[in-house]
Amino acid sequence: MRNNRFTIHPKYILIFFLIICLLLIVTSYKFKENYSPIRAMVGDVVSPMQRGINGVGTFFTKKTELFTSKKALLKENKKLQSALDHANYENKILQQDKDELASLRKLYDLNEKYSDYNMVAARVIDKDPGNWYNVFIIDKGSKDGLKVDMNVLAGDGTGGGLVGIITEVGHNWAKVRGIIDDTSNVGAMISKSTCVVSGNLSLSDQGLLAFSDMEKPKEKLKIGDAVVTSYLSEKYHQGILIGYVKEVKEDKTNGICSGYITPTVNFDQLETVLIITQLKEKLEPEPDNN
Amino acid sequence: MKRILMTAITILLCLLLQTTIFQKIAFAGEVPNLILIVVVAFAYMRGCREGMYIGFASGLLIDLMYGDLVGMNACFYLLVGYFVGVANEIYYSDELSVPIILVGISDFLFNFVFYIINFMLRGRIAVATYVLDTILPETVYTVLLACIIYKPLHSLNYRLEQAEDTEEVL
Repeated sequence: MRNNRFTIHPKYILIFFLIICLLLIVTSYKFKENYSPIRAMVGDVVSPMQRGINGVGTFFTKKTELFTSKKALLKENKKLQSALDHANYENKILQQDKDELASLRKLYDLNEKYSDYNMVAARVIDKDPGNWYNVFIIDKGSKDGLKVDMNVLAGDGTGGGLVGIITEVGHNWAKVRGIIDDTSNVGAMISKSTCVVSGNLSLSDQGLLAFSDMEKPKEKLKIGDAVVTSYLSEKYHQGILIGYVKEVKEDKTNGICSGYITPTVNFDQLETVLIITQLKEKLEPEPDNN
Repeated sequence: MKRILMTAITILLCLLLQTTIFQKIAFAGEVPNLILIVVVAFAYMRGCREGMYIGFASGLLIDLMYGDLVGMNACFYLLVGYFVGVANEIYYSDELSVPIILVGISDFLFNFVFYIINFMLRGRIAVATYVLDTILPETVYTVLLACIIYKPLHSLNYRLEQAEDTEEVL
């Protein structure tokens, strides 16, 4: 049977498929929205399966954990120890921050700005298959009221730091791009000076983020300063904790500061996340008070 | 027919495993590329024609689920399928070493091209760090995984081919 079939040389099939790929790339680049129904459909089909397999996966992880329990426990002990130190340290900073916050809130008249965000909890069901991106899928979607550009915070861990932003929404799933992703940039603030916090693949392996473009900070940056999202950011709500300054470098020639940040969220162990179901209002140009 | 169905199921299963369980058992944050192994294995066993179909199909699936540009992964996996298929025509043996080496080479090249297109062109030009920190570990894990997984895939393929041969005789 197979031999009787009319055969085309593989080279032509290759060229044919390459052209299709090229067309797909070009069209998906130009008409991104037209593809979302197809993607949503694929996601709807696949995500329940992923949820199922994830259950099995958790089972296996539990089993492997049993084997490496001692090692894991030792590691955990060490981690907890350092977490305790960190927490003590953090406590001090938070105390400072609280005072600062109170005065700042008064100053900006933002008293009720972030105590009343509506949040939805979701579970992380899977991650991008490759090692290049830090993108993951959560198990809530448009039927739970999620929309693109909503902010995602960590549900577990310290203080619910910023995790990322929703980039795509399906019926019962949504795609989140982590702030440690190489393509992610967040407008942030460190003690009253604005900067850009960006993910970087080689840094995220060490669990760090980079910040840059800070022009002559008004106060000298200290290691351990809290980094929060800035009012200048278009998509991120103001004042969400991102992490703490780990290292500061200053360009002597123009005074621009850059450096590294330790995020509060542990991205390797992310299981549940909180989504702020409120989009940031589009920024209006600031009225000139002078 | 049965063969196509089984292959499709294998690919889907691998993709699901890749995105769920494998993310949890990742060593040092690097995940082995199971899908690439499947594409290479089938392309090597069945030649470039089917290698291309399988590569294209699985690449497209990944694109639709994750990629920003639909067609990018499809294109990469298509090329992997084709070239591995060509390798099959040049030299085929039932031994494990050849496909394992092919997996290693294609994983490295795949990631390298991926890096150039998606990272280098955005100005991330520290080639050495990316190769050492991301590409090489992944290649090593993928090769190790391929050592384990190639045999089952091979016997699956063998069984499918046998089933098909008997169908044809009947």
